Amino acid sequence: MSWVADIKLDCKGLSCPLPVIKTKKAIDGMKIGQVLEMIATDPGSMNDMAAWSHRTGQQIVEQREENGTFVFYIKKVK
Amino acid sequence: MSIVNKEIQELIDEKVKEAIDLKFNNWFEEKFKLLAEGRISDLESRIREKETRKKRFAVVASKGSMDMAYPPLILASTAAALDMEAAIFFTFYGLDIINRRKSAHLKVPSLANPAMPVPVPNFIGALPGMTAMATIMMKSWMNKAHVASVPDLLALCIESGVRLIGCQMTMDVMGVKKSDLIDGVEIGGAATFLDYAVEADIPMFV
Repeated sequence: MSWVADIKLDCKGLSCPLPVIKTKKAIDGMKIGQVLEMIATDPGSMNDMAAWSHRTGQQIVEQREENGTFVFYIKKVK
Repeated sequence: MSIVNKEIQELIDEKVKEAIDLKFNNWFEEKFKLLAEGRISDLESRIREKETRKKRFAVVASKGSMDMAYPPLILASTAAALDMEAAIFFTFYGLDIINRRKSAHLKVPSLANPAMPVPVPNFIGALPGMTAMATIMMKSWMNKAHVASVPDLLALCIESGVRLIGCQMTMDVMGVKKSDLIDGVEIGGAATFLDYAVEADIPMFV
């Protein structure tokens, strides 16, 4: 299933911990049910986003790797 | 006749004993239930409080070199992004991290640092200008990797509600005034930090 993003966030080129912090900031500004598309190039972001989702309870509904970038779809659930 | 009387008396005694036992059991059960329910609801509310309380990260920043400024700032700002509470206690040389004139100019030591990406023998690391050189090199690598600067991370910490506590005693020793520190910090002592850290899920010293 392909998700349609309400908000897009470009974290390409940014190092830890900025993708996580910017994602949190973006999610805080969204409504429940909306979906955020976050694109990062930091290889650590795969594990870090999973940890972030685990702690905050926000849902990563899809993630994929495409030519060196990591794309996350995050649904604000609370 | 007396035998009959005796039997009646025994029957009455038995009935009376049964009635008293029943009454006592009911009374005891009721009291016990009240007591147990009170204890259970007390425990439940304590568990609820523990579960709903935010996780807490407390870190002491005691070093004033650039490489030692990063771990507390990165961890505290990330903790806030992970819905945790966080506080950093800046003490001794760590106070430089929140000094408004110094925070953007923290240095990387060139001496006695065998982990430098380009290894520098100690006798060369001790030469004048080597600290500045090591700092310039580290900053250029960090820029290339798009790592946030120390002032950027401080701003992120303040924005996300991380408590930045400057050590009063260090300020007195080093002649640092509140106006020398960046905006958004509070001043406190060991007790201030411990009062926060005693409830911390992750206490740390850098």
